[in-house]
Amino acid sequence: MGNEAKLLETFQKRINAGEKIEPRDWMPERYRRQLIRMMSQHAHSEIVGMLPEGNWITRAPNLRRKMALLAKVQDEAGHGLYLYSATETLGVDRYQLIQDLLEGRAKYSNIFNYPTLTWADVGVIGWFVDGAAIVNQTMLAKTSYGPYARAMIRICKEEAFHKRQGYEICVTLARGTPEQRRMLQDAINRWWWPTLMMFGPPDDQSPNSAELLRWKVKRKTNDELRQHFINITVPQVLALGMTIPDPELRYDEKTGNWLIGPIDWDEFWRVIRGHGPCNRERLRARRKAHEEGAWVREAVQAYARKRQQRAAQPVAAISQE
Amino acid sequence: MENGLRLWEVFVQSRTGKPHEHVGSVRASHAEMALQHARDVYARRGPVVSIWVVPTEAIYATQPGDEGPFFDPADTKPYRHPLFYKVPHGVKNI
Repeated sequence: MGNEAKLLETFQKRINAGEKIEPRDWMPERYRRQLIRMMSQHAHSEIVGMLPEGNWITRAPNLRRKMALLAKVQDEAGHGLYLYSATETLGVDRYQLIQDLLEGRAKYSNIFNYPTLTWADVGVIGWFVDGAAIVNQTMLAKTSYGPYARAMIRICKEEAFHKRQGYEICVTLARGTPEQRRMLQDAINRWWWPTLMMFGPPDDQSPNSAELLRWKVKRKTNDELRQHFINITVPQVLALGMTIPDPELRYDEKTGNWLIGPIDWDEFWRVIRGHGPCNRERLRARRKAHEEGAWVREAVQAYARKRQQRAAQPVAAISQE
Repeated sequence: MENGLRLWEVFVQSRTGKPHEHVGSVRASHAEMALQHARDVYARRGPVVSIWVVPTEAIYATQPGDEGPFFDPADTKPYRHPLFYKVPHGVKNI
């Protein structure tokens, strides 16, 4: 057996035994690549995910909602940073990853290419989109790569607030005027299907799944996660007196699953390839924010240089420090 | 200039008496900035009583391959453990 094959065998044994892989451990190049791809996409999603909701901060209906939304959007920025940090342990540079995003080479979650048209969207995003993210991230908290798992544990703890503040907004609207109820139903109708697509293509069309499962990067398949989300969410929708925009939806007594009609995967691929309602707008907003922040980055560098120069002149340094 | 900011490892203590625990990293040009970023990123919610930031390149660590030879001595010194020493049956609180 070649050296590489032996290493691979040991690696797989460690994975099977439930051990975590740490940054300095040997890992197959493909494992590293797959993780960089997944984790950086995840980081980008957190960052781009600030945009649809950030859009509503100034229009939140009262101070309580505004504080909650500000804190949530700030959390998303933090989650992006946890994930860039964890991705850097794989030997990539976060500035390169950010550049890939800004230049349109990197992907992020499709869901953020849809617009937030009304205040109800903010509630439904917290409830559906963060709810779906929790399902996915609870699984990833047990992923085989140590730094990713640790970042996920931190993130999961914080997401619970996101979901509840979203549901609270929806409960308020559901108990409100007929117009508020219509607004909520409309938001549910628009977000339901794109949220289900967040779990990725069906298992028989998911090229990376088998490998990721074997390496325990993922512990469940896309369809398993999607079904779990549907099962917990449908009763929450019904509890508000709202409906799911799916005429084929039915409860299956035998399996205890809520079964859905077909998902429009053409739409999914269309949006991934850049033809969603907001793809261009999101990247434009990211680039603008990055460009407008250039002076801050320059100032920080200038300050660091100045400090270094000062440190090189001991007398001046003493009087300053 | 984009790649100029140094990488710093962040350690957070959740309350006094507990150890500082590694939580991740931040990019910053100098220590105070690293500390502020670490606060914003890793201490948005309590409880946190103390943060350390350390330049990543200042950490000198064992390699995974060291596991055997480097840590072996610990395995060959059973006399460091209390159960190595025999006590007559029935004797208590020793």
